[in-house]
Parts: sequence; structure tokens; C-alpha cells
Amino acid sequence: MPRPYEKIMKTSLSRLLGLLSILLFIPLWELIVRASDLPKFILPSPADVWTRFIKALNDGSLIYHTSITFIEVLLGLLLGTLFATIVGYMLAKSKTLEKILSPYLVASQAIPIVAIAPLLVIWLGDGILSKVVICALIVFFPVLINTIVGVRAVSAPLYDLMNSLRANRFQILFKLEIPASLPVLLGGLRIGATLSVIGAIVGELVDAEQGLGFLLQLGDFQYDTSMVFVAVFMLIVLALLLYGIVTLLERRFLKWMK
Amino acid sequence: MISKPALAVKDLSVVFDDENNSIHALENISFNIHQQEFVCFLGPSGSGKTTLLRLIANLIKPTFGEVNFMFGHQPKIGMVFQQPNLMTWRTVLENIKLPLELENEDKDIANQKAKDMIELVGLKGFENSYPRDLSGGMAQRVGLSRGLIHDPDLLLLDEPFASLDALTRERMWTELSNIWQAKQKTVIMVTHSINESLFLADRVLVLTQRPGKIKLDMQVDLPRPRDEEIRYTSHFGKLAKKLRDAIE
Ligand SMILES: Nc1ncnc2c1ncn2[C@@H]1O[C@H](COP(=O)(O)OP(=O)(O)OP(=O)(O)O)[C@@H](O)[C@H]1O
Ligand SMILES: [Mg+2]
Repeated sequence: MPRPYEKIMKTSLSRLLGLLSILLFIPLWELIVRASDLPKFILPSPADVWTRFIKALNDGSLIYHTSITFIEVLLGLLLGTLFATIVGYMLAKSKTLEKILSPYLVASQAIPIVAIAPLLVIWLGDGILSKVVICALIVFFPVLINTIVGVRAVSAPLYDLMNSLRANRFQILFKLEIPASLPVLLGGLRIGATLSVIGAIVGELVDAEQGLGFLLQLGDFQYDTSMVFVAVFMLIVLALLLYGIVTLLERRFLKWMK
Repeated sequence: MISKPALAVKDLSVVFDDENNSIHALENISFNIHQQEFVCFLGPSGSGKTTLLRLIANLIKPTFGEVNFMFGHQPKIGMVFQQPNLMTWRTVLENIKLPLELENEDKDIANQKAKDMIELVGLKGFENSYPRDLSGGMAQRVGLSRGLIHDPDLLLLDEPFASLDALTRERMWTELSNIWQAKQKTVIMVTHSINESLFLADRVLVLTQRPGKIKLDMQVDLPRPRDEEIRYTSHFGKLAKKLRDAIE
């Protein structure tokens, strides 16, 4: 194990490198724009994108569409995670149930979400609901698998301990199973968070009147490529935000792992 | 002193069935234990000692026979496992507190009891450490504390001192002896050490090689309190010899 100050040096160095690479990215981009001399609707310059960003920010459209997508992503993530952990827990506890359901679960994974997204939009309308469901579906499987793996990995001797103390089911769930499987559960949430963003965009690209996917498509139709760039950056910010939330959760609940 | 019966084990047999073979772990075990009695089980590895404790704790069901308690109520059990068996996500203090939490004990009282226990087993300063930062012996002491904290009627100890150094082990013997005498508990302890069993027990039962049967049921009529010196008495030597011969 490195000594503390070495560790600090290492993390701050890697942070510095990350920052440097982002800072270098913008001049490089500007350089490519100037050198290639492409029209603005093919490759806008950083300044073009910035101007477009400020404009969209000021007329309120950016905040509006971003928050719509954020709500879809968040609701989908919560819904998918909720169902996946409940079903996953039941499957982890019952081999029979797993045998009955696993063919369906595996088959459902063979269908790409892109293929059924149009169906869902037809059935559920072009509003928020269809996107939330698409997000939930895409989040469901990885969280389910992680829940099963996590709950199955709870050590048998700890069940012995709880049973010798006559713990009830509720206590076993909250004092043993959830904390013991939390590292794996949060790992599932981390994957789910990223996938949920993808789900929302897939849904919005199929048909929507609002959201970043809609903005993306609008920019595309109107040759407003700077707008497309702005939308893409907002998506990155969204994904990073969710990633950050999961990391915070891990810091809070997995202190013991360091 | 006429002591009341605590539990009766009758015609106990355990067969573990795997896919292609079945293991006969215990065969026809019968014994009675009195309340406040300290009983040690000795036996070679694989003779079913852990299995016997798990049966008594009702963690597994016997293939034949039964375990009956005679406390007049469901006895509270404190179990100390062969491995420390700690929750990695809980600190030392939180691990020790667990049995009290499960009884919905008041938080402040639970904290105080756990702190006293930490002091007793010499883990002061490690209250907020996580199990991964403990040595094997320290972890085992946390396990022992957790087994005692809720003042159980029946203590089931599975080689609790195996991973301690000689000095700590002997200190723990004295502590356990004191706790047992002060709190009047019934103790069933599994061990590999003849010295340990003679130092602590009222009675030692020796199990045979698998399938485990009771080979010897011996009263330890050494005076209490017992100290280091007792090991050099001729009676201690005689009892030790008897046990050694039985263990084969
Ligand atoms: N859950 C189980 N399933 C199958 N076999 C088991 C199970 N538990 C114990 N056994 C078998 O029963 C026998 C007795 O095991 P047990 O753990 O009780 O021995 P032990 O006397 O505690 O040994 P040691 O001194 O090494 O701890 C062993 O052969 C073991 O393999
Ligand atoms: Mg054992």
C-alpha cells in the first residue's frame, strides 16, 4: 500500500492529467475546424457551439428539454431498479422460480431495445411514459443479474449467525442481505444509470415532442449542427451527473471497503 | 447442589446426503446437560462437533432423534463460530452490538454494553475499526464478545480460542470462567485442547472418528477457581491421560 502522501500525489496527478486532456481537447478541435475548413453545418467550431449553448440557455429551451430527459432517465432508473431488485431477490431465493422464469428473461435479452422501442411508443404514446418504460426495461436486466449474484453471495455462516439469534425475515433482509449485497447492487445501479440515458434517447429519437433526443433530431433536420453538439454535451453532463450520484452513494454506504 | 436439567439430546443421528455419497456425521448421540454446567466436547477433526452445535442451535434438523430444551422458555442462544464470522460492513462496536439490535435493545444501553465488552476482551481503541483491519485473534475476540453480549442462557462455543496466542488464550480462559461463574450460564464448548477442556469444564465428552459417537463422558472434579498451578497437580495429569487415551 502506498504511503498516504504518495496516494494523494497520485490522485491529484491523475486529476491534473484528466483536466489537462479536457483543456487540450478544445484548442485541438478549433485547430481541426480551421485546418479542414468544413462548413458550419458539418463541423461547428467550439465558439459556434458555445454561442448556440448560451442562446438555448437564455430562451429556456435547453433547461426544459434537459429536465424532461433527466426526469425520464431518473424515473426509468428508479422503476427498473425497483422491479429488478424485487424480482432478483425472489429469484435468488427460489431455484424453482429461477428455473421457470429464466428462459423468458434470457429471451427478453435477445431482443434489442431499439427494436421494440417503436412498439412501446405506439402503445404508450409519444409522451414521457413510453420513454420511462424503455429506460426501465433497459435498466432491468443488469440490475436483476447483479441482485441475484449479490444475494446469492451472502455468506452462509452469517445466515447461521442470524438464525441462532432468532432474527426474523425482516431483520435478515435489512441487517444481513441488503448490506452484504450492497457493493454488487450499487455496481448494477452504476451500469443501469448509464443504460438509462441511452434508453431515454432511443425513445425520444423514435418519436417525441420534447427532451434532448428531440432537440438532437430537430438540430439534425434544421442543419443546426451546433444544436446537436449542445444536446450531446448535455447528455454527457447528464450521464456524469448520474455516475456521480452513484459514486456518492458508494462513498456513503461502502465506507468499509475504502 | 441439585441442578435443573437444561437440555436433553436423544438418539441423535445426522446423515448428510450429497448427490452421489452420503456422509454419516453423527450416530446415536445421547446426553443430558444441566443448567449452569460447563461441558466440553473433544474429538478428532470431522467427528461432527460443529454439526452437533448447529443441531443444538436449531440451524439444521437431525436425521433421527431430537434435542429438547428444559429452560421453561425458549433459551436465548449465544453462538461463537469456528471462524470469526463477522460482518465486514460493520465496525467492531457494531458487530458486537448486533444481538442487542435484534432484540431491539435501547441504543444507548446497547452501546454501553458493547463498550464494556470491548474493554473486557482487550479491544479498546478498535471500536471503530472494520474487520479487515483486525488480526485473526482480534477478530475471534469480537466474535466471542458478540456471543456473550446479549446474556444468553446457552452458550455454544466452537473452538473460540483456536487462533489466539497462548497468553491471550489463557487470559480468555480466566475471563470466560469468571463470566460463566458470575452469570451462571450453561456452556457447551468444542475444543481440540485437552488443557483447555480441563481448565474450563465440569465435564468432558469425547467423540469418536466419523461417524461421531460418544466415547467417553468424564466429570472434571478439579477444584475451582482453577489457575495455572492446577496443571501440575497429579489429578490433572490423570484426567489428561484419560482424555488422551480416549481421543486415539
Ligand atoms: N452441510 C454439510 N453438508 C455435507 N456434509 C457436511 C455438512 N456439514 C458437515 N459435513 C460433514 O460432516 C462431517 C462432520 O463435520 P463437522 O464440521 O461437524 O466436523 P468437526 O468435528 O467440527 O471438525 P473440525 O474439528 O475440523 O471442525 C464432515 O465429514 C463434514 O464433511
Ligand atoms: Mg468444527
